[in-house]
Amino acid sequence: MSRGFSRPEGRGHRSRQRRSPQAMITKKGINASPGIAIGPALVLDAEEYRIPRRTIDISAITTEINALDAALATSRQEVAELRVAATRKLGDKTSAIFAFHEEFIADKMLRSAVVEAVKKNRYTAAFAFSQEMGSRQRMFRNVSDPYLKERVRDLYDIEKRILRHILGRARERITQLTTPVVIVAHDITPSQAITLDRGRILGFAINVGGQTSHTAIIARMLGIPAVVALNDITTDVTGGETIVIDGTRGVVITNPDEETTKRYETRRKEDHAFEAQLSELRDLPAVTADGAAISLQANIELAAEARIAMDSGAEGIGLYRTEFMFLGSERMPTEEQQYETFRAAVRHVRGKPLTIRTIDLGAEKMVDYLEPQHDHNPALGLRSVRYCLTHLDMFKTHLRALLRAAIDADVNIMFPMITTLMELRQARSTLHDVMEDLEDDGIPFKHDIAMGMMVETPAAALLSNSFAKEVSFMSIGTNDLTQYTLAVDRANERVAHLYCSHSPAVLKLIREVIQAGRRNNVDVSVCGEMAGAPLYCEMLIGLGIRQLSMAPKDVPEIKQIVRTTSIKRCERIARKVMRFDSDRQVLNYLRGKLREINPESSY
Amino acid sequence: MHETDTPTVQERETVIPNKEGLHFRPIMQFVDLASRFSSSINLRCDDRGADASSPMELLMLMATQGTKVTVSARGADAGDALDALVGLIDAGFNEE
Repeated sequence: MSRGFSRPEGRGHRSRQRRSPQAMITKKGINASPGIAIGPALVLDAEEYRIPRRTIDISAITTEINALDAALATSRQEVAELRVAATRKLGDKTSAIFAFHEEFIADKMLRSAVVEAVKKNRYTAAFAFSQEMGSRQRMFRNVSDPYLKERVRDLYDIEKRILRHILGRARERITQLTTPVVIVAHDITPSQAITLDRGRILGFAINVGGQTSHTAIIARMLGIPAVVALNDITTDVTGGETIVIDGTRGVVITNPDEETTKRYETRRKEDHAFEAQLSELRDLPAVTADGAAISLQANIELAAEARIAMDSGAEGIGLYRTEFMFLGSERMPTEEQQYETFRAAVRHVRGKPLTIRTIDLGAEKMVDYLEPQHDHNPALGLRSVRYCLTHLDMFKTHLRALLRAAIDADVNIMFPMITTLMELRQARSTLHDVMEDLEDDGIPFKHDIAMGMMVETPAAALLSNSFAKEVSFMSIGTNDLTQYTLAVDRANERVAHLYCSHSPAVLKLIREVIQAGRRNNVDVSVCGEMAGAPLYCEMLIGLGIRQLSMAPKDVPEIKQIVRTTSIKRCERIARKVMRFDSDRQVLNYLRGKLREINPESSY
Repeated sequence: MHETDTPTVQERETVIPNKEGLHFRPIMQFVDLASRFSSSINLRCDDRGADASSPMELLMLMATQGTKVTVSARGADAGDALDALVGLIDAGFNEE
């Protein structure tokens, strides 16, 4: 097989890097988003973790003390408000505790002890403060008096409050970064992620998660290198020091020595050259060597990304995740706001197909104004279309905006998380109700919108033959399908390694859906992570998939594979894969096959 | 400049009488009362001392019921301060 490009970066460095006696630390995590990033670290949300010892430059002493004072003032204000509220609601006895906390925070002796440690030992305010509080808390260990013993909780409470404010400066700063940084955090919530100043984020190093956790998805979508499942990276990094993210291999290096830095700088440059090569593919068609056209579409979260997607060579948007417009705002977006967002997406696709998935909120994605109910097991709880069908006002507003914006455009509507025919029918009849309302109001909308569904539960996959009779298209969401089939929470780092989309069980379900689609003449596409992974590309085509929807940045590489392979070869691969009964076998086989067409593949 | 006179140090010993010892509310009362005097005031318990303006240090004394404490004051109104503060302690911080 010939290839029109070569992957840079030679394999196997002959000489291993020597660790410098300083604090150069190399940590292995899960590669969540490929690429190299080098830059200063910014730690988010460190409040629940040990604050590491770090010395500061003499010039930073004033800054640290100011940070301490600001944190003390804010904390005191906060407690004062709590005290007032407590007096009103709970009476004087409870409010006395807050009064005490207030005095405690204002304690001059506490402040001067911390200031002393900052000045003398050049500690950060956060470290000096947590040291001081820690030593006081330890003194309570030997107290026998039960009442006094309890007071250690108060100290702990006060400590957390103040620390949150000392460290909180960093968190606020994130929306208005002035210099590019590498984000180090326990986790990033989707709502946090969309408030990030994307232009200034070089990379992510995250304690938790797996390859398909939301941080990983967002990072890949933005083309920002990320390593997740690092367990305790937030305690190894204080902020400010240089950190290297190798998102391709899943390695993070803090305080790299000169040699290491240089090596990664070189790799980063090579990566960029590689991307430039791929982008030349943009205007070439995604057709196999034996002439079969594969429709490569893009998944987007923001309307503006549709433009990026089109620029990457996508033939349309196969999945527009609308929930981000809810996560990004303080309150429920109005019909007009939603309409405007949808219209923006329609404009950006420039006449190409746009598949809009209706609100998929719930589970790990929830917004305060929707009054989350904190299901015991959110992934199996009132989420997604289930939530919409029990909150019809909200759902109808959403559908109205969607139908109005879809007029004169190639827009399809897709319902997520369908498990029963009843749900699908309810969603459809709600859609029809909204159409009637719009008709009555004389508001123009798209009458002939194509309606489809996500297949992301084993139930939907197993019943896909029945579903196929009631929809225009089906799109397989491999992330949730894998999670529900294998009973693995993809964001739980303790079981994330059990999550694998190429499990024969998942593949059988995928094949089931493809066959149901073929029998009923209904288009079936794949829009999960699998669609953008080079490893699975030939297998999916071989199983019969002709439409893949992926992160915009994955389009060129997948297109390269499509143009290199043939349907015949893909079908052979798929047949072979379906005979395996362990995911290990599948993985090894697919790796071998991918190497045949891409010898330097990192999979 | 104030307190140009050589300050006199006075001190008095007493015992914490109330059941819950030197906890939140007593400390608050103690700090509050001490702040009304210009003298610098300390509370000692065994070999550990606390500045009467610091609730944190006072709590750290962990003075439970029956603990022997020494109140000391240095300044122009040291005598009055001792009267008031020892009075507060002896009254069991007006609890129960």
